[in-house]
Amino acid sequence: MIAYLARRLLVMVPTLLAISAIVFFIIQLPPGDYLSTMVEELLAQGEKPDGERIAMLREQFGLDRTPLEQYLHWVAGLAVGDLGWSFEYNLPVSQVVGEKLVMSFLLAFAATLLTYAIAFPIGIYSAVRQYSIGDYALTFVGFIGLATPSFLIALVVLHFSNAWFGTPVGGLYHPEHAEAPMSWAKLGSVLSHIWIPIVIIGLSSTAEMIRQLRANLLDELQRPYVVTGRAKGLTERRLLFKYPLRMALNPFIADIGSILPKLISGSAIVGVVLSLPTNGPMLLRALQSKDMYLAGSFLMIEAVLVVLGILISDIALALLDPRIRLGAGSEK
Amino acid sequence: MNEDLLRVEDVAIEFRVHDSVVRAVDGVSFRVRPGSTVAIVGESGSGKSVVSQAILGILPKTARIAQGRILFADPKAPGGSIDIARLDPRGERMRKLRAAGISIVFQEPMTSLSPVHTVGDQVGEALALHEALQPAELAARVEDMLARVGFPDPRKAAASYPFELSGGLRQRAVIAMALICRPSLVIADEPTTALDVTIQAQILKLLKDLQASLGMAVMLITHDLGVVANMADEVVVMYRGRVMESGTRDDLLRRPRHPYLKALLRAVPRFDMKPDERLTPLREIRPETGHLLAAREEWPAGADEAGPLLRVEGLTRSFLVRKGGFFEKRTETRFLAVDDVSFELRRGECLGLVGESGCGKTTVSKMVLRALSPDSGKVLFNDRGRVRDVHAMGPEELFSFRRRIQFIFQDPYSSLNPRMTVAESIGEPLVIHGIGDEAWRREMIAELMKLVGLDARWAGRYPHSFSGGQRQRIGIARALALKPDILLCDEPVSALDVSIQAQILNLLKDLKQQLGLTYLFVSHNLAVVDYIADRIAVMCRGRLVEVAPREALFRRPVHPYTRALLAAVPDPDPDRRLDLGALMEGRASVPAAWPMPFRLDGTEQAGLVDLGDGHRVRARRGATAADILSGRAA
Repeated sequence: MIAYLARRLLVMVPTLLAISAIVFFIIQLPPGDYLSTMVEELLAQGEKPDGERIAMLREQFGLDRTPLEQYLHWVAGLAVGDLGWSFEYNLPVSQVVGEKLVMSFLLAFAATLLTYAIAFPIGIYSAVRQYSIGDYALTFVGFIGLATPSFLIALVVLHFSNAWFGTPVGGLYHPEHAEAPMSWAKLGSVLSHIWIPIVIIGLSSTAEMIRQLRANLLDELQRPYVVTGRAKGLTERRLLFKYPLRMALNPFIADIGSILPKLISGSAIVGVVLSLPTNGPMLLRALQSKDMYLAGSFLMIEAVLVVLGILISDIALALLDPRIRLGAGSEK
Repeated sequence: MNEDLLRVEDVAIEFRVHDSVVRAVDGVSFRVRPGSTVAIVGESGSGKSVVSQAILGILPKTARIAQGRILFADPKAPGGSIDIARLDPRGERMRKLRAAGISIVFQEPMTSLSPVHTVGDQVGEALALHEALQPAELAARVEDMLARVGFPDPRKAAASYPFELSGGLRQRAVIAMALICRPSLVIADEPTTALDVTIQAQILKLLKDLQASLGMAVMLITHDLGVVANMADEVVVMYRGRVMESGTRDDLLRRPRHPYLKALLRAVPRFDMKPDERLTPLREIRPETGHLLAAREEWPAGADEAGPLLRVEGLTRSFLVRKGGFFEKRTETRFLAVDDVSFELRRGECLGLVGESGCGKTTVSKMVLRALSPDSGKVLFNDRGRVRDVHAMGPEELFSFRRRIQFIFQDPYSSLNPRMTVAESIGEPLVIHGIGDEAWRREMIAELMKLVGLDARWAGRYPHSFSGGQRQRIGIARALALKPDILLCDEPVSALDVSIQAQILNLLKDLKQQLGLTYLFVSHNLAVVDYIADRIAVMCRGRLVEVAPREALFRRPVHPYTRALLAAVPDPDPDRRLDLGALMEGRASVPAAWPMPFRLDGTEQAGLVDLGDGHRVRARRGATAADILSGRAA
């Protein structure tokens, strides 16, 4: 077990190095850098940029060095936990990201739980009562959910809550708490606001999960071992939970690898629409303004989470499925 | 006891298919007496499995019992009989009856067990459901049952998972699962069809022994008349949802009255057939060759002197087997799948390659085709006088070699592309090799279809509209499209019903003669090989143990493995029952357990010893033909 973990962790190093190179390369692809983008914005606004100050900043930010030097500098920093400096916020990246990390995590975690809570009962019902009226109705609703982009739902909710309740739903708390430290009042405000993005983000993946669970379960329900269980005299409910449902879970556990990064980045577009203080909109902004260390480091955090998530799901699968744990004689 | 345990009276079962109703079982009646064995015999689609599902109340959702009664008189619950047909299949009374009163053994032990639960869990489940037991007591009962079905270490077996067991042991676990609650009736639905013959014989013996000690009745569902002759007291023959004939075993098998049963008995290959005797399928196919197929390239004079059509020399192939857990260190061992196999295939003959699953026969056939490369050894092909090593050919030479040797697969369902029409499937080899133009190919396809007894007007249809036997004939037509010299048949009839099997075997026999083909016929079924092959090679654990002309092998088998194999084949003749006691307790395929001079324990030198008349047998170095024939140790 320990040797296995050590091997897996070791393999992560070259993987992450490769990802860092690709991330940095892609961020560098559009012409110009943060300062030239800023100069253009200033010119567009009719202001005259101060050439000397720009040159000073360029040297200070290290933008006058070659891309390779910049990359090595960044990666060397990452290796010791220094995520770099955000040009736009004029703060260390760790501070910029950290502030929003808690909110993003809270939001996404709740949304994921909601997704599971809705999708599992419906998915099981749809599979067990295949082609019943209930299955058709839920399938119909599910397909509408699948076909509607979540930012659209966000806009609709935004409009109606404003028109009917007169409350602005943007953000996660009332504007008066924006700069205030955490307090009971602020927490209350968060709780009264947060359910809207939770429902919107949570519902967006529910439909997909219902369909996936239904398909998996339908496959498993017609396996001979289900008939064997029935022939033993098991009740339908116990039979369902002990055998086919257990087998249908594997793909969801394998999915942990993609859930983890979602937890911190959230859905960017919904975040923008609802002006949530989460990481999604921040990443979008950082990419637009070429705030390269902020964008790059943030993407690297996601990459680490993907790789860790896959490791966690591999271990969870092995613990759950003896075929993987005991190695059913793979031949070559 | 004169009361029947189970009485099925005039039962009809209907399936809803789209908007219509199909009657799968119609007016079936039979009875099972306590402690007896009743065999329900029929081919696929006869409704025999549907009847068993109805008895257990586990019919698919689309099916319902339309009429009739299924009376079960459980001796454990006195007070008259219960009509199962009128019970709610999901209700409590039906559930109580399952496992405790009636249980079932399915055909496929791998898929009928859950892969993620331990054997002990699955065997004990029914017991826990029907009796209130303490965990320790439950575990003891499970281990007792596992010991009864022949697990040497029941405690270890209870903690293992199905995929860790061999096919035979898995089926033993399934039997333990069915018997744990001591039911009065066990339905065995093709319990040995997925198993090798020697394993089949062991499982049949186990079922008989358990029946004697536990006193349950067995309802045996099978298509194999050999199994029937060895197991059943009474027989019910079903065809297309109806009972054709029923009675005691001896009466039925010796004096069949109904034409269907007579036909079925004539379609089964037997060991005592006369050399020119033909099987009689329900529908015979007369292959017709047209002018395109008849025009064959003549074999040049003297070309045969270069050697046999195909010679296999010292083929060896090993595979890497990874073992060990996910978290533990993995160990890699090399598994010798094929060990120094040599044989020759003469022009115009049919060589049968026989052995049980895992003996390496398919690996050999793949290497002959060059679908797999050997670790060492040669495959020499005599291409009209020029002898070439198949594994040393360059790309172009290999491409033209492909025309000389073609393959017929076991599974007629997965070997045809469901998205290609019959004409496209049959014509594809012609397109690949750029033979003929559009019109020529169309004519050739029509001729090929006629050759295998298919109507040429069906050329535009897709495989799903054909039966298993028809699909297998499409596969044969495709293999013949390039006019090959050699056909490699890998278990071509093992997925087919008996009457269809007879039809395909006869077709292959006729084609061989009409087109001058040479066959390498791989099979686990000795009776089938006996019917079609001229010479037979027996493989065990990757080694060739005996090669002989057909009559010699059956009349005078020398190797202990060949003998065990022959002894394990059930014969439909009730006078020739299997000697179940004489089975080597599953040790027939363990080379270290063979008597001298055949014993192989990994250290000795061994080779094929010539016994004369082309009869060769594998024995230790130094053993002479006289030693072997006199039974003396070397």
